[in-house]
Amino acid sequence: MSFKVPLTPISRPAKASVGKTGLWRFLKPVIELKKCKKCGLCWMYCPDIAVTFDEMGFPHINYDFCKGCGICANECPTGAIKMVREGL
Amino acid sequence: MTSRMDVKKLVLTSNYAAAYAAKLARAEIISAYPITPQTTVVEKLAEFIERGELKAKMIRVESEHSAMAACIGASATGARVFTATSSHGLLYMYEMLWWAAGARLPIVMGVVTRAIAPPWNIWTEHADILSPRDSGWLIFFAESAQEVLDMILQAYKVAENEQVLLPVMVGWDAFISSHTAEPVDVPSQEIVDEFLPPRKSAAFLLDVKDPVSHGNLVFPDFYMEFRYLMQRGMESARDIIRKVDEEFGKIFGRHYGGLIEKYRCDDAEYALITLGGSSGDAREAVDKLRENGVKIGLCRIRVIRPFPVQDVVECLSNKEGVIVVERDISMGLCGVLATEIASVLFMNGIQPKFASFIAGLGGREVSVEDFLKMLDFSLKEFQRGNKRVGPHWYGVKEEVIP
Repeated sequence: MSFKVPLTPISRPAKASVGKTGLWRFLKPVIELKKCKKCGLCWMYCPDIAVTFDEMGFPHINYDFCKGCGICANECPTGAIKMVREGL
Repeated sequence: MTSRMDVKKLVLTSNYAAAYAAKLARAEIISAYPITPQTTVVEKLAEFIERGELKAKMIRVESEHSAMAACIGASATGARVFTATSSHGLLYMYEMLWWAAGARLPIVMGVVTRAIAPPWNIWTEHADILSPRDSGWLIFFAESAQEVLDMILQAYKVAENEQVLLPVMVGWDAFISSHTAEPVDVPSQEIVDEFLPPRKSAAFLLDVKDPVSHGNLVFPDFYMEFRYLMQRGMESARDIIRKVDEEFGKIFGRHYGGLIEKYRCDDAEYALITLGGSSGDAREAVDKLRENGVKIGLCRIRVIRPFPVQDVVECLSNKEGVIVVERDISMGLCGVLATEIASVLFMNGIQPKFASFIAGLGGREVSVEDFLKMLDFSLKEFQRGNKRVGPHWYGVKEEVIP
C-alpha cells in the first residue's frame, strides 16, 4: 500500500468530507424574518457554520449541513427561530 | 565570570530539584493544579517565572483533567511543556493521559507518588504512578533529588526523540524524597542547552497558517496501526534511554546505568529488586548481608515503561533467587513489579527461586532492618526448598485485622 499512516491521526480542512450532514437532522430551525433583529448570534453560535447572511443582512440556514442541534433557536434573543419536526 | 562547566551545589528537596530541572529545560508552558505533596514543585516554578528567571507561561486551571488538557494543547503547537501531580490528581487526569500519549506529544510530568484514598493518606505508595502503565506514557522513577533533576532533563531528550515522541512521567516518593533536602549539583544553563537544544518541529503540529485537526475518528481498518506505532515508539525508547543516559554521563559526569541500576549484582547469587526512595536502605541491607558472606545484589528499576525486559533478563538469568519488595498491590493479584518481572522471566525461560513482598503501603517506613528481615526470611525459605515465597504483606498488623 502506498498510503502510510502518520504517527497520530490528523486531517486537513475539507468541505463535507462525510457528506451532507443535514440528513442527520430531525428538528429543523425555521427563521421568522419579521422578528429578526440581525444581531448575528445564530451565526456566531452555530457549530457547523451553517448560518449565512443575505444582502439585507438577514440570516439563512444552510439545510445541507445544519444538523438541527437547536443552539441558534436557544440563543435567539427575539424568539425568531423555531425548531420544527422534519417530515418523515 | 561563569563557565559552562560551572556547577552550583544547592540543598534541594526533590520537588525543588524538579522545578530547577524544568527551568533548565526551558519549559515554555506549565499548567498544573495544586495537590499535596506535589504543590511545591509548581510553586517554585511560579516563583522562577515571577522573578523573571524563567520565560514561561503558567496556565492556571480548575482541575488536573484541565491541566493535562492545557499541556496537550500547548505541546501540540510545539511548545516544551511541564506539569506535576500526585495520587488523586494523576487519576483525575487519567483520560487525558491516554490522549497525550496517542497524540504523540512529548510532555514531561513529575509524579510525586502518594497513596490513594480512602483511607485518606498523603504519604508514599506507588499505586498512582503504576496505574497508567498501559497508557503509552514512558514511566521513569528516581531515587534521589539529584536523580530527579537529571532524569527530567533526560526525559525531555528521550520524549522528543523522533523515534519515540511519547510523553514521560518521572516519579519520586512523597515526603521521603519530595520534602527531604539533600545536596544537588545544579548544572549551568549553557551546558544544559548543549545537551537539550530547543524542541524540534514535527510534521503534525498545530499551526494557524496550516490548519489541521488532531485525534480524528479512525475506523477499525486503521486504528490498530496507530497503536502499533505507539508500541514501536516504546520499543525504540529502550535504546534511546540508554544512549541519552550515556551522553548525559559524558557531559555531566553522572550516569545511572540506563533502565535499571545494578548494585553488587554481577557476582551475586541473589538479587533484590526495588523501586524508588527506599532503595538506599535496600543497598545498605545488601552491604550488611555481603559482610556476612551472602552473595546478594540490588537491581533498582529506573524505568517501568518501556519495561526493561532485556536488562532484567540479563541481570537475573544467572541468579539462584530473586526477591521483589514493592510499595504497591494490584488488588486481586499481587505486586505489580513481581507480576511483571515473573512474566518477563517466564517468557524468557528463566526460573529462579522467587519471593515477593508488599511493604510500606501508605507511607509506612521500610527500613534497613525491614529489608534484612524480608531477605533473611526469603533466604531461609529458599534453603528449605521453597521455590516460591509470598506474596507476603510485610509488617501487616494481624492483631488488628478482624
